[in-house]
Amino acid sequence: MSLDSPKEPAIELVGIDKKFGTVHANKNINLTVAKGSIHGIIGENGAGKSTLMSILYGFYQADHGEIRISGKPVTIRDSQAAIAAGIGMVHQHFMLVENFTVLENVMLGAEGGQLLAKGVASARKELKRLEDDYGLEVDPDSVIEELPVGSQQRVEILKALYRGAEILILDEPTGVLTPPEADHLFKVLRVLRDQGKTIILITHKLREIMAITDTVSVMRRGEMVATRKTAETTVEELAELMVGRRVLLRVEKGAANPGAVLMSVRNLTVRDSRGVTMVDNVSFDVRAGEIVGIAGVAGNGQSELLEAIAGIRKPSAGEIFIDGKPVAGVDPAGLRELGLAHIPEDRHHMGLVLKFEEYENSILGYHRDAKYGRGPFLDLDAMRRDAEEKIGKYDIRPPNPRLRTANFSGGNQQKIVVAREIERDPKMLIIGQPTRGVDIGAIEFIHKRIIEMRDAGKAVLLVSVELDEIRSLSDRILVMFAGKIVGEKSSEAGEQTLGLMMAGIAA
Amino acid sequence: MDYFDIFVSILGSAIRLSIPLLFTALAGLFSERAGIFDIGLEGKMLASAFAAACVAYWTGNAWLGLLGGIGISIVFSLMHGFASITNRGNQIVSGVALNFVAAGLTIVLGQAWFRQGGRTGQVPPEGRFSSIILPGADMMRDVPIIGPLYANVISGNNILTYIAFLMVPISWWVLYRTRFGLRLRAVGENPGAVDTAGISVAWMRYRALIVAGFLCGFAGTYLSIAQSAAFINNMSAGKGYIALAALIFAKWKPVPVMLACLLFGFLDAFANFMQGKSLPLIGEVPVQIFQALPYILTCVLLAGFIGTARPPKAGGVPYTKER
Ligand SMILES: Nc1ncnc2c1ncn2[C@@H]1O[C@H](COP(=O)(O)OP(=O)(O)OP(=O)(O)O)[C@@H](O)[C@H]1O
Ligand SMILES: [Mg+2]
Repeated sequence: MSLDSPKEPAIELVGIDKKFGTVHANKNINLTVAKGSIHGIIGENGAGKSTLMSILYGFYQADHGEIRISGKPVTIRDSQAAIAAGIGMVHQHFMLVENFTVLENVMLGAEGGQLLAKGVASARKELKRLEDDYGLEVDPDSVIEELPVGSQQRVEILKALYRGAEILILDEPTGVLTPPEADHLFKVLRVLRDQGKTIILITHKLREIMAITDTVSVMRRGEMVATRKTAETTVEELAELMVGRRVLLRVEKGAANPGAVLMSVRNLTVRDSRGVTMVDNVSFDVRAGEIVGIAGVAGNGQSELLEAIAGIRKPSAGEIFIDGKPVAGVDPAGLRELGLAHIPEDRHHMGLVLKFEEYENSILGYHRDAKYGRGPFLDLDAMRRDAEEKIGKYDIRPPNPRLRTANFSGGNQQKIVVAREIERDPKMLIIGQPTRGVDIGAIEFIHKRIIEMRDAGKAVLLVSVELDEIRSLSDRILVMFAGKIVGEKSSEAGEQTLGLMMAGIAA
Repeated sequence: MDYFDIFVSILGSAIRLSIPLLFTALAGLFSERAGIFDIGLEGKMLASAFAAACVAYWTGNAWLGLLGGIGISIVFSLMHGFASITNRGNQIVSGVALNFVAAGLTIVLGQAWFRQGGRTGQVPPEGRFSSIILPGADMMRDVPIIGPLYANVISGNNILTYIAFLMVPISWWVLYRTRFGLRLRAVGENPGAVDTAGISVAWMRYRALIVAGFLCGFAGTYLSIAQSAAFINNMSAGKGYIALAALIFAKWKPVPVMLACLLFGFLDAFANFMQGKSLPLIGEVPVQIFQALPYILTCVLLAGFIGTARPPKAGGVPYTKER
């Protein structure tokens, strides 16, 4: 067989169609995935990627269309049928029982008999074998909630392999991983492919697509618009296919024009709920008209620092000044009045009430504003008009302010939060992970808005685990390691230098 | 009577009072660990007490009475499941509704069938579970300390009491050592994980409710044809709620459930003993204080003074695939 002749297809999707009420999530999708390959799927937020994969895994039912596995048509009515057909899936949000051990999670649904005792021994042996074969190491007796995300994800992969999956679907697996964890994952995926497994990988990071996939398919607004051999395409082409226009992959920005200090942090120390010091005697300033980026591997105190500045977490020592005024003990509402806006890291926990309709979330926190109400009553019309304006400006899809927020795709949920905070035109903006799970078109847009904020003389503090994002947006970069600021660099600093500092090796 | 005799007699009655709590709390253990709040335990217990009394009265057979009690309790469980699993209704609302149905129906049917103001007819002795004297109880009676304990606390109970205590290790074994138990605990924590593992969430939860119905049937039966000889209006008298409190107090674990039920049973027995008596220094303590103690203890626990109670994570939430 020559290299160019297509390998035998592992999966064929023919004419898959799916509607959620009025939302047409998948329109007549055709897709062929070759056996023993890594096939990337990219597309904007809400393009229908997760929906398509959930149909393949039997989590949703397609309205029309056919699925063929190794050439044979199959009906996948539920996940059990998918498992039987050799399909495994690592979901965007892990499907793990958090207070169970790794072993129990892996065995769940494949216990090997009515009594657990019988299965346990063979499961242990099998886990050991998978660990040796694919480099998937986790301690089978550790409890899930005590494991870092990277290991939790390995458990998800182990679950699929333990059930004999030949086809593995991963939905945005690197969104929550630190760079070394992501590297480890890719190593595992390559080994799996080389042993003949078929892998479907959904991601927003084109760099990952170029690095690891063999073939890549692009979805746009529910349709499959193109499929390319990875070797024969470029990041630019893929970006254009995804969004339907040219995209700037790196924002253009002029020199900063820093003014007066608007925000300063002095000797700040923050402890978490267990009493562990997460932020250790940190001091810095942010001036009007500059973006200060905080780089660091997740879990080195950035989250706690942001929360302390946003008034959500009480610092145990030190001071925070806004506009020269100490703000210890001022609550988040008071801080908002002082002109501080906050885009929280975790939109599900802190940014949104998922059960609310979009327009309600789009003013959440600002609901006391005169423009949204009269006396104790809310002016729903004004709120909806306001929401529609933001929807238009930020291209939030579907453009329906009455839709429950939970029904928006992840990236669009993020846009709702960003729109709410930026459109308030605050004096200071603190941002955590502004583009987590967001597609490149939206990243470009959000980045532009952040730079516009800077150019309009606002002080911006940015925390992100994406080093690229920090480097392309920040005017100054502070590197955080183990709760301390270990150094300051200009935005020209190389990835290598920053990487070493983030690992606590060099300053 | 010296203090030891008093203690033994309180202990004996504590055991008897804790049995319906134990069956009911174990029932709640199964449903709540599967993610279904079971506030309807009270109603199930009441309905099964009534059914057991009726069947035992008509047939004169205690075991058939037990079967009737279990049957009705399972029917109630299934109704709870139909409302809250199949139709994704609110589990608290459905449970409270069942409590009302049980309270009303037992009175209406009781009056229609027996015309004794809500009482059923007196169940004949062979239709009741009577005390079993364990071998050697009489001989042991004179042995100091152990003798009275054996004769009055260990021996002399009816068969349901022994079954109740047997159910504790069995429940533990089922929950922690079988496939059914693993899946049941998983479905109460993260039904999504169970669903994506290819197991039906609804069917798992129904099975948990059936087990709960089965256990709760014993509790009702115990009330009407073991502890007494007829069904009386509102016989459960809030025991379902106390059992629920015991379940929370025990942090949803089988062996602690038994200890919590024994503690609450002991408080009840002590309250009965203290009725009309006065304590040195303090004087007469209102019996209501003892009756309220299980609830107070549970509140103190929930407020975080005695460690933290971590309820099953998916408890109370109907499972849907939609976001
Ligand atoms: N259960 C659901 N109910 C209603 N609408 C849904 C549901 N699931 C998805 N949708 C809608 O279907 C569309 C496709 O969503 P999907 O999650 O597949 O997008 P995606 O490509 O995975 O996006 P992202 O990159 O943001 O994860 C979106 O418009 C979304 O709002
Ligand atoms: Mg998705």
